Amino acid sequence: MSRRRALLLALASLPAWRAMAVWAGPQRGAAEDFAAVVPGYKLVFPRDHGAHPDFRIEWWYATGWLSLADGRPLGFQSTFFRLRTGLAEDNPSAFAPRQLVLAHAAIADPQWGRLHHDQRAARTGFGRAGFATGQTGLWIGDWRFAQHGEHYRIEAKAADFAYALDLVAAAPPLLHGRSGYSVKAPDPRHASYYYSRPQLAASGTVTLAGRPHPVTGRAWLDHEWSSQLLPEAAQGWDWLGVNLDDGGALMAFRLRHRDGSPLWSAATFRPAGGQAQVLAPADVAFEPLRHWRSGRTGIVYPVEWRVRIGRRILLLRPLIDDQELDSRASTGAVYWEGAVRVAEDGRNVGYGYLEMTGYGEKISI
Amino acid sequence: MRLAPVFLGSLARRRVATLFSCVAIVLGVALGMAVQAVHEAALAEFGRGLQTVAGEADLSVVGPRGGFDENLYALLAARPEVAAASPMVEVEVKLAGHEETLQLLGIDVFTLARVRPALLPGTSAAERFAALSEDAIFLAAAAQTALGVEPGATLRVQSGTRSLNLRVAGDLPGARDNRRLAVMDIAAVQARFARLGRLTRIDLRLAEGVAPAAARTALQAVLPVGVLIETPQAAANEAANLSRAYRVNLTLLAAMALLTGGFLVFSAQALSVVRRRTEFAFLRAIGLARRSLFAWLLAEGALVGLLGGVLGAALGLGLAWGALALLGGDLGAGYFSGLQPSLQFQPAAIASYVALGLLAGVAGAWLPAREAASVAPAQALKAGDEARLPGGGGSAGQAIVLLLASLAACWIPPLHGLPVGGYLAIALLLAGSVLLLPAMATLLGCLLRARRSVPGRLAAARLIAAPGHAVVAAAGVLVSVALAAAMAIMVTSFRESVDQWLDQILPADFYLRAGRANTSGHLDAALQARIGAVSGVASSRFTRHDSLRLAAGKAPVALIARPVSADGRELPLVGKAQLAGGGNPAVWISEAMRDLYGWQPGQQVALPLAGRAERFHVAGIWRDYARQTGAVLIDLADYRRMTGDPLVNDAAIDLAPGASAASVAAALIATADPGSLEIAYPGEIRALSLGIFDRTFAVTYLLEAVAIVIGLAGVAASFAALAAARRGEFGMLRHLGLTRRQIGWMLAQEGALAAGVGVLGGLLAGAAIGLVLVEVVNRQSFHWSMDLHIPWLSLAIFAAALLALAALAAVAAGRQAMRQEAVLAVREDW
Repeated sequence: MSRRRALLLALASLPAWRAMAVWAGPQRGAAEDFAAVVPGYKLVFPRDHGAHPDFRIEWWYATGWLSLADGRPLGFQSTFFRLRTGLAEDNPSAFAPRQLVLAHAAIADPQWGRLHHDQRAARTGFGRAGFATGQTGLWIGDWRFAQHGEHYRIEAKAADFAYALDLVAAAPPLLHGRSGYSVKAPDPRHASYYYSRPQLAASGTVTLAGRPHPVTGRAWLDHEWSSQLLPEAAQGWDWLGVNLDDGGALMAFRLRHRDGSPLWSAATFRPAGGQAQVLAPADVAFEPLRHWRSGRTGIVYPVEWRVRIGRRILLLRPLIDDQELDSRASTGAVYWEGAVRVAEDGRNVGYGYLEMTGYGEKISI
Repeated sequence: MRLAPVFLGSLARRRVATLFSCVAIVLGVALGMAVQAVHEAALAEFGRGLQTVAGEADLSVVGPRGGFDENLYALLAARPEVAAASPMVEVEVKLAGHEETLQLLGIDVFTLARVRPALLPGTSAAERFAALSEDAIFLAAAAQTALGVEPGATLRVQSGTRSLNLRVAGDLPGARDNRRLAVMDIAAVQARFARLGRLTRIDLRLAEGVAPAAARTALQAVLPVGVLIETPQAAANEAANLSRAYRVNLTLLAAMALLTGGFLVFSAQALSVVRRRTEFAFLRAIGLARRSLFAWLLAEGALVGLLGGVLGAALGLGLAWGALALLGGDLGAGYFSGLQPSLQFQPAAIASYVALGLLAGVAGAWLPAREAASVAPAQALKAGDEARLPGGGGSAGQAIVLLLASLAACWIPPLHGLPVGGYLAIALLLAGSVLLLPAMATLLGCLLRARRSVPGRLAAARLIAAPGHAVVAAAGVLVSVALAAAMAIMVTSFRESVDQWLDQILPADFYLRAGRANTSGHLDAALQARIGAVSGVASSRFTRHDSLRLAAGKAPVALIARPVSADGRELPLVGKAQLAGGGNPAVWISEAMRDLYGWQPGQQVALPLAGRAERFHVAGIWRDYARQTGAVLIDLADYRRMTGDPLVNDAAIDLAPGASAASVAAALIATADPGSLEIAYPGEIRALSLGIFDRTFAVTYLLEAVAIVIGLAGVAASFAALAAARRGEFGMLRHLGLTRRQIGWMLAQEGALAAGVGVLGGLLAGAAIGLVLVEVVNRQSFHWSMDLHIPWLSLAIFAAALLALAALAAVAAGRQAMRQEAVLAVREDW
């Protein structure tokens, strides 16, 4: 799940779009021009690692835990979005804004106590921004996300930080929902194609305050695409992706009503070397334990959670409390996206990333 | 001792002289103030427009008006020196059914955010992707107000010969006050305004630590010819430079009015001081210090100057307000099209103009005050000493030196585009002429001595014996006549030359064009064919307008491509054509190109066309009164061969014999959508052009009128003062048997003679100044030549009227003095 994220960044890209009427409004080149997400489609790799430009929105979302040489941990996030606007479909201009590429990069640094983050947005063309089909490949200026076989490379240079990371996959993609057909609401029209690459071995360089540091760690990659809308009733969502220490992988999400009650939940679990198990909505529950209030926005986020997946109970604790991403200056979007430690029965069992939206204003839809 | 009533009160006792002095200063200050205020307002507005366009970028890449290849964007954005590049395509769009044009910028909202956030569009809440939409336009708040539209409204604009509807989607929060600015998505502008593949501007933000100068050199090297890199200030300077010469010329004319005002203060004070000699001697005798007397007399002039300065500044602001409302920010000269500036309150400028008025008053009062303070009281208490007047101290030798220096000053080259030498020559000419006045007065008196009538002989004798009087009265006349005559000669020469020029450049029966805005209104190839095929059209000649960048920091040069004969005989050529071109095609350049770029006939030059340097040979120079930043004219066939651009902007139509102009015009208009083509007849264009010309010079006509009033005021004030001082003389003449009528006649002749000296000197000096204006100031300021035309008849009428008025003024001034009984008048002396 994570159409949520797309939303945010799609908005972030375009100045002063606080409205976020987002996917609802009927646009020129209306919804029927976009390819539909239908059950029964068989994901084929490496083809489906690449972009699907006929769909409205698509993202590649890498997160993970890194260690500096002295053992200090860092969190990183790198997201590339491809967005088909439905505009200018027959405009012969080379600047025609048919496809946009947006990117977001962040580093969670416990010494700094909060996130370093930056973003880019561009229309495709002139070599300035683009995407590849057939395998993963996106770029905006000198930010890039590339794939060679089972090897991914991410590069981002921001004003106050930079990173260049190599991510290597050892296991096949983890398909969510019914073989990658991931339903988001009781109404199955709200669905996406969605798979993950958990347990990626990460290595590379993170530059902080102008000084490069070698890093190693483990990462998680999401790739998801869709054309459909999120349900009107959703206020926000909570999403979790965990690389378990024993080599297993867990993804869980839920959408919330305005009153905080769950609208829809889903989870996928794959033990090391085993088969993926898809859990029913009733098997997934999120329970907040501790809250943190942002001094910048005044928004209160649940930063510690008890998550029930089937019979397992996991405790989530953040790397740092302040992993809020405040881009109100450009978009009005404010959310929390951060590294979390995962414990079970009192001991640490893995490292993951948690995303929470809709805790301030209603985030979308 | 309370002396204020004695000195400052004397101003009230000679009301007429004080009034005239004051009025002259008021007018001088007012004109200067008005010119300054209007231009500041216009420049501020213009600067604001540029600021939002040029804005925060480190460097800007600009090219011809038609734009350059969009792939330069990819090239530049990928350079290591460049942190972000924001492409832009700018078009001037005409609103359907409006006279106004909008400056429409096609922008990429993503890159703009990193380079020029001030131009970012602000959307109303409901609209997603409006900044990318093909039919959404964003208008600055002031432009919305000016056009009377709100977000959601539809705006009809013209593209080529068609019109299209755009939706007002929001405003430009960073450029609220710009009345002409509009923004759309770059792809939409390219596709909908026939700009596919073209950009007109790329704004660059440089990578950290990269010096703009170094980046400029490195990047310029990879750009094709004709595409230049500029710093944002360059554009603002360009605009200021364009109107600066015009502004400085007007300001100097105002300064001359002020000078005349100072002169008038001088003559009034000089005469008043003579009349009050006894009074001053008495004051000195009872203990008034020499220095106090000097200071009080200066204070008299200062009060007049201050009053004139304050009233003048107020009047100037009023004039500026009126001029902005009626004529626009360039006083009708056409430098700031489409701008509606608002007046700015500038305390510093106002204070300095008030100070100038004060200075004129003090300077005028200086010499008379020094003179009065230097007289020994005992001597002054004796009567019969009135004839001594200051002035007339200069020798003819000094005058000749000044005049020779003025001739030399004409050869000084322009400084920063300003004709400094010309102005210096004018100042030297005026000073030299004034110094030459006593000699001229003596000469004229000698010539007239052989007259029979007693009053005539008396008047001539007085002119010879006391040339100082004549100088005081005549100097004001000379300065004002010289100014008026010079302006008349210059304006007549200019107008006649423009008139002839219009004849030469408008040979066709009528002209056809698309819209007022050149960059979006064009005729495509199909339409050109349809125009040529209309029955009744004997021939149609098409013209393509563009602009080229030849040098960084210089304004664009107009490019005109039209059919032109091999010897250029239909052009208003200056000098001889150099037809042998060594195989290169011919380019005909305007005079400004010769002055600004140093091109000469016969020279081989390169013009950047379609990104390549094309070789041309300069075949000749033509006169162009329309574009002072330079224009080059090439044959349309050459242009099309080199650029492949099939579009044109207008067509000159010649009728077949016997065809009716009205029906052919109707058939031509019917070849495109209704309302998208305009027909213009040469007569109309001519009338419009001359109308603009006359409006431009409206300010100078006003100055001429002011100069004449000042000159006459000088004569009246001088004679009023002189006549009062000469009561004794008049009484003596009555005793000797002259009738009152004869004395009046004598005074009239004296007035006419004094004014005559001034008028004669003024006409001569004016002719010389006119020549300097035509040959030096105009050539250096605006880079155009003109043929000299002297308005003999109006100058003669003007001179005669001035003489008659001066005589009348002298008689009127003397009447008061003559009224007194002769016996009484003479007794005063005993």
